[in-house]
Amino acid sequence: MRGGDPSNLIQVMLAKGWVLNRAAARSVSPPACRMKRGGGVSVTVVGAGVAGLTTALALSEGGAEVSVIERGPALGVGACSWLAGGMLAPGCEQESAEPLISDWGMEALAYWPARHAATCQRGTLVMAPARDAPDLDRFARRTTGHQRLDAEGIARLEPDLGGRFRAALFFPLEAHLDPRAALVSLASLLEARGVAIHFDTTFRPGTSSEPIVDCCGLAAIDALPDLRGVKGEMLLLRCPELTLSRPIRLLHPRFPIYIVPRGNGVFMLGATMIESAERGRVSARSVVELLNAAYALHPAFAEAEILELGADARPAFPDNLPRLRQLGRTLYVNGLFRHGFLLSPALAARAADYVLHGTQYPEVMDEDPRQQRSA
Amino acid sequence: MDFYGVALGSRLLLGTAGYPSPAILAEAVRRSGAEVVTVSLRRESGAERAGQGFWSLIRELGVRVLPNTAGCHTVREAVTTAQMAREVFGTSWIKLEVIGNHDTLQPDVFGLVEAAGLLAADGFEVFPYTTEDLVVGERLVEAGCRVLMPWGAPIGSGRGLNNLYGLRAMRAHFPDIPLVVDAGIGLPSQAAAAMELGYDAVLLNTAVARAGDPALMAAAFGQAIEAGRQAYLAEPMPMRDMAVPSTPVLGLAFRG
Repeated sequence: MRGGDPSNLIQVMLAKGWVLNRAAARSVSPPACRMKRGGGVSVTVVGAGVAGLTTALALSEGGAEVSVIERGPALGVGACSWLAGGMLAPGCEQESAEPLISDWGMEALAYWPARHAATCQRGTLVMAPARDAPDLDRFARRTTGHQRLDAEGIARLEPDLGGRFRAALFFPLEAHLDPRAALVSLASLLEARGVAIHFDTTFRPGTSSEPIVDCCGLAAIDALPDLRGVKGEMLLLRCPELTLSRPIRLLHPRFPIYIVPRGNGVFMLGATMIESAERGRVSARSVVELLNAAYALHPAFAEAEILELGADARPAFPDNLPRLRQLGRTLYVNGLFRHGFLLSPALAARAADYVLHGTQYPEVMDEDPRQQRSA
Repeated sequence: MDFYGVALGSRLLLGTAGYPSPAILAEAVRRSGAEVVTVSLRRESGAERAGQGFWSLIRELGVRVLPNTAGCHTVREAVTTAQMAREVFGTSWIKLEVIGNHDTLQPDVFGLVEAAGLLAADGFEVFPYTTEDLVVGERLVEAGCRVLMPWGAPIGSGRGLNNLYGLRAMRAHFPDIPLVVDAGIGLPSQAAAAMELGYDAVLLNTAVARAGDPALMAAAFGQAIEAGRQAYLAEPMPMRDMAVPSTPVLGLAFRG
């Protein structure tokens, strides 16, 4: 898979200057309100995770003059997008998410292949250990766009899983990508459009009235008191003896466990869901649970090399749906929960449409809950 | 009905794990009429204070919180978790789980009795998740428990009341101790059956959280539990082997 090799990724990032030398760190205040010659509005986007970059791109494509401010020193540092699964699975998400997630998520299936050529569209396989077979029926009832596969069907798609499972659901239209490589692709597209990402830069609101689009996830919690963190833990494993072509979801009573092939024998294994805003700490319990699931999928994972353990907190509102919320001159684009790469294309397009044309999207726009309370 | 001197109107205790979103959980609690929700400290917190976002949502429900020690396999783990829960939630109530087997999640009743004694001595008001074993129930009462919560079936299995005889015997054996069927309930009819046995309340989580429409299922459970309670109070008719016509036939002109 192109762009899937982490060492390549770092070289690209170094070459582009997206891995910053701290000594060269800039301190850039947002530009004063400027009108582009074409009459485009000048917008500052805060945050260079997937929400920030897709929103910056949508604004730039819509004619705005955009700059991106990121407090982290390099692409992905401190962004929970860096640890994402990168599954574009609007069908599977119907199992537990609101219809909006799968409706808007469909847009991701067209968006990413056009902007990140290494997006793989090979579908998703959903399986359950024999003892949890009723859960597969439940999953099938609650979702659409799948085919039921028997053991032979599974073996045709994923020869290495042949003989290990008797039944699966196949969602043929779904896709996956390597989130880190996809962020690099977005940054390249922004660079080509003349949009600069200012790393190591803390946002200081100036006195101008230019629009600010805040896409900084949980860091916006002071302005968005109904935001909460949902912790997720993941592992990167190297297991060269195993080949998988598409994400595999293994049904689990507490959280959906998935294994996403990153190419070159590397697999991403995720993700826990814990009601906690804690970032960074990976617990032994979670590692045991995740590795148990991987081992249940294929015993070859027992010999896998652990490349990376990661934990971060996803930003979510109480209904786990995203929001566009205008407070003063700042539009907050937030609450992508565990759907960052799935939902950001649709949410970014609507955020840009709102900023540039004032179009309202009531399904993701609400009053600030503090105002509701005082009203 | 009262638990440790706290009078409650609803006989449904609802768990808070595994819902599609906190907003759906809140709607389910509201529709169920439950006045007590259980919260797992271990599963949902990670570090001690990092789960504030979720806990403040739970507090906003305006119901009483019964913290639990879900996932604890030893006495020490359960006691430590209970102490943390008391600090975090400001309540001396604790639903005590000491799990003895990974596959069935059945209680380790020996550890349970020991942990219950330690916690009761420390001022906790213990709600032990136990089996329908009468002697274990007696030991728990001796240890200071004033509520007993026998399982209906293994946690999350949705199999209903596996041992009707045992549960009925338990009700007869502990006429003055509030009894709650905890775990294994999948359908409102099963919850109603527990209430018809004379149980004081039902505690459930997965049956609502994993339903297609959790809020609607919560409402269904609320009504079924109320129906079962009223049926118990109304003294059901006895079962018999032969038909008994509801309209008298003696004295009719013709029989055919």
